[in-house]
Amino acid sequence: MKLTRREFFKQSAALSTATAAGIPATAGAANIVTDAALTKLQWNKAPCRFCGVGCGVNVAVRDGKVVATHGDINAEVNRGINCVKGYFLSKIMYGADRLTEPLLRMKDGKYDKNGELQPVSWDRAFDVMAEQFKKALRDKGPTSVGMFGSGQWTIWEGYAAAKLLKAGFRSNNIDPNARHCMASAVAGFMRTFGMDEPMGCYDDIENGQVFVLWGANMAEMHPILWSRITDRRLSSPQSRVVTLSVYENRSYDLADLTLTFRPQTDLAIMNYIANHIIRSGAVNRGFVDRHARFMIGNTDIGYGLRPENPLQKARNVADPGGGKAATFEEYAAFVARYDLDSVAELSRVPKQRLEQLAQLYADPKTPVMSLFTMGFNQHTRGTWCSHLLYNLHLLTGKIAAPGNGPFSLTGQPSACGTAREVGTFSHRLPADMVVTNPKHRETAEGIWKLPPGTIPDKPGYHAVQQNRMLKDGKLNAYWVMCNNNMQATPNIVEEAWPGYRNPDNFIVVSDAYPTVTTVAADLVLPTAMWVEKEGAYGNAERRTQFWHQLVSAPGQARSDLWQIMEFSKRFRMEEVWPAELLDKAPNYRGKTLYDVLFRNGEVDKFPTSQVEAGYANDEAKAFGFYVQKGLFEEYARFGRGHGHDLAPFDAYHQARGLRWPVVDGKETRWRYREGYDPYVKAGEDVNFYGMPDGKAVIYALPYEPAAEEPDKDFPFWLCTGRVLEHWHSGSMTRRVPELYRAFPDAVCFMHPDDARRLGLRRGDAIEVSSRRGAMRTRVETRGRNKPPPGLIFVPWFDAGQLINKVTLDATCPISLQTDFKKCAVQIRKV
Amino acid sequence: MRILISIGLAALCATAALAQHIDNARGPVPVMEEHTPPPLQNPDNSDVRRQRAYAMQPPIIPHKIEGYQTDRNANRCMMCHARTRTEQSQAPMISVSHFTDRDGNFLAELSPRRYFCLQCHVPQVPVKPLVENRYIDVETMLRRGGSASTLPGKE
Repeated sequence: MKLTRREFFKQSAALSTATAAGIPATAGAANIVTDAALTKLQWNKAPCRFCGVGCGVNVAVRDGKVVATHGDINAEVNRGINCVKGYFLSKIMYGADRLTEPLLRMKDGKYDKNGELQPVSWDRAFDVMAEQFKKALRDKGPTSVGMFGSGQWTIWEGYAAAKLLKAGFRSNNIDPNARHCMASAVAGFMRTFGMDEPMGCYDDIENGQVFVLWGANMAEMHPILWSRITDRRLSSPQSRVVTLSVYENRSYDLADLTLTFRPQTDLAIMNYIANHIIRSGAVNRGFVDRHARFMIGNTDIGYGLRPENPLQKARNVADPGGGKAATFEEYAAFVARYDLDSVAELSRVPKQRLEQLAQLYADPKTPVMSLFTMGFNQHTRGTWCSHLLYNLHLLTGKIAAPGNGPFSLTGQPSACGTAREVGTFSHRLPADMVVTNPKHRETAEGIWKLPPGTIPDKPGYHAVQQNRMLKDGKLNAYWVMCNNNMQATPNIVEEAWPGYRNPDNFIVVSDAYPTVTTVAADLVLPTAMWVEKEGAYGNAERRTQFWHQLVSAPGQARSDLWQIMEFSKRFRMEEVWPAELLDKAPNYRGKTLYDVLFRNGEVDKFPTSQVEAGYANDEAKAFGFYVQKGLFEEYARFGRGHGHDLAPFDAYHQARGLRWPVVDGKETRWRYREGYDPYVKAGEDVNFYGMPDGKAVIYALPYEPAAEEPDKDFPFWLCTGRVLEHWHSGSMTRRVPELYRAFPDAVCFMHPDDARRLGLRRGDAIEVSSRRGAMRTRVETRGRNKPPPGLIFVPWFDAGQLINKVTLDATCPISLQTDFKKCAVQIRKV
Repeated sequence: MRILISIGLAALCATAALAQHIDNARGPVPVMEEHTPPPLQNPDNSDVRRQRAYAMQPPIIPHKIEGYQTDRNANRCMMCHARTRTEQSQAPMISVSHFTDRDGNFLAELSPRRYFCLQCHVPQVPVKPLVENRYIDVETMLRRGGSASTLPGKE
């Protein structure tokens, strides 16, 4: 019913008169409900479903539905505020096209790769799926099955999945979409400090003075941390913000100093700063001598492309991570060539700005916090970027202390908690262990009660390699869970789509909504999301946060955890393990994977009665024990006692998250620093105990060009990324009308001069194409992003405009993370 | 020729089969095909306030903000929405929540952590939603007779 403003007031007046006179108004007309019993909302805490900041959210539930969400005043991360996405969390579960039943591609009632997706029961879905997985295992062995998971998996979901693949199917072909997201940060932390994740925490912001953003547009991608930096910058006059990017963005609005550089030259800029620190005598020799050592890393390492690509004819393509020990003098000589003049010319940043930034790092009295994310991580030299930045902090000793240190921001809510800490990568095991280390495998096999030799010793296929192996027909039974990889992955046209649609392959996709990935699937499994299940995430500052199940999932949608565990019941041990292995564990004969992995006396240790009163727990109900608690406590055994300590399960349901290592009930804010980190002994001051000698590694690494740079035929750099209003592929946020209307479709941000030269006006439809594929979008010459001439920016949230048809699947050869920020494209009007 | 036609038909059938289950966020266009994207549109500039989905939702911006300066030096939004400007502008005053710091203390002015308005408040382009959203307003729920006994989490 539509009323004019006048009619509205008339009706309101009539109503209040009637109420005052004691005349009962009709039920629908009472203008306000005041009965406390009726208006009461049940509020609970949960971390936000979106980015890696990990804001605390209060969730109001009424009659089985989420009706409101707002920033949790008691959550240290965000103290009562959310970004616009967080405020609309209340709507993400209610898109009308939620998947509510399994869909199998069928023709004439039978599975057919070329059939249509049609509703089937869970039983039928798992029958066909198990048949396909068994066929692959039988025909080609464990390397033909795989899984692509997520930094949005809850901790126990990732843990259960890793266990199913690595211990159950004996395949290391499990990788998370976090490979696209922060694998370079992981590789950098591991190689320099011997332990993953930042030494500091968000409290660095309130304790800091200078904040340097390296390839991070925090104003849009980490809005609530940006609000903390804004708070610090605007309320403390001596503080400074520096932004480095390849295009001008919203984070420039707060900056005191901005450096817009030519793509890839960040490597040279950091080496120039190191050179400046050395030449100006600003090296903290006491710190460096005690706590660091030097290495010269291998160079000319290729670009992670298919082996037949000419760019892979590089000298050190077989040993990209290698290097040799060096002295401080050798390191100083290495960076000496990065002088101000040549770096200014290469990077196209004015000399004065480079010098100002170098001085901030060099000044011993100025604390510096460096924040980095996708600009650094999605880089064919992403691991090097991490090293070169750590070098600056190590040379000056500005690290692992309040307000000082390099800080890796994450894009997903549990990129740290699940992908990194649980170790759902193709080379990893929980608590920073790796499959290639026999001791680590032994530890994992011990905790998992497996016979020696169960876990394969070779890393499996990583993200990009999975697509290539699907296309080549070597990976044949594949499960994509909790992510939209057909939209997120690079080079869709040449690799991903042909891989998924290869007739040799069976593709399963679990999701809450239809996506371009479910469209490419052979079996679609409807999935519960966020507060429809009990969950745990770990944010970027090592904070582990729990939530309870607050509502039920629609229809037959089930959590990823239920799916993984229920599917494992379909496999008898004889079908997945060779006889020799079973001979070592004869008591496992005749059992199922479910029995061995999840009814092992550990995972099933806690009864359903321990689920907190008043909360549903669909998984506990289905399996008959407190699944989440059992999985978490088994998992926590990997890390307790050596720097990865997690608190007891129940503590997390009470706290607003705790930052690990949690020792004697106390969280750790700054690792490696005496007085803050319980693992550093009195008198040590600083101890990088992840390394056997306690010393962090300063790597000498050069500038090398990008995999593909603009030329005559493809004259523009393409940089992809995100926008504030949408999260990743937009499968949730574009189903929220307010967020959709705030930024409905992707656009191509470009410099007005470039548009003019191409005869384009704002709003014109264009085709953006590369050597691999093309997509259509529209020109935007105004707005939030202002690229320099020669560079365009296209966000990837829009399923209707798949920019990843254009991108290149080149990766950092060490971290194997794709560079989504650089490739060469041409533009034409359509 | 006949072969070509039959291949063409098979391809069509395959395309049609895959198109049955669609991603509404993409629409019916097959993943490997391209279409011309919808035109750019201006955001709503009616200045008519919109109902919030729930009480704590940050209100959307019902007017154009193109070219507004919001940086370290100036905040154009506050030129109308600051407490001291609302009488003249008749714009709604920023919420009282915006005067509190991280620790909940009230400040004399806008808290600097709330300085960048667009982190929470966004304009709206008047386009039809891609997918209907079935979120239920709590008021609707109360009026259709929900009761305290149906509070969530209880089995």
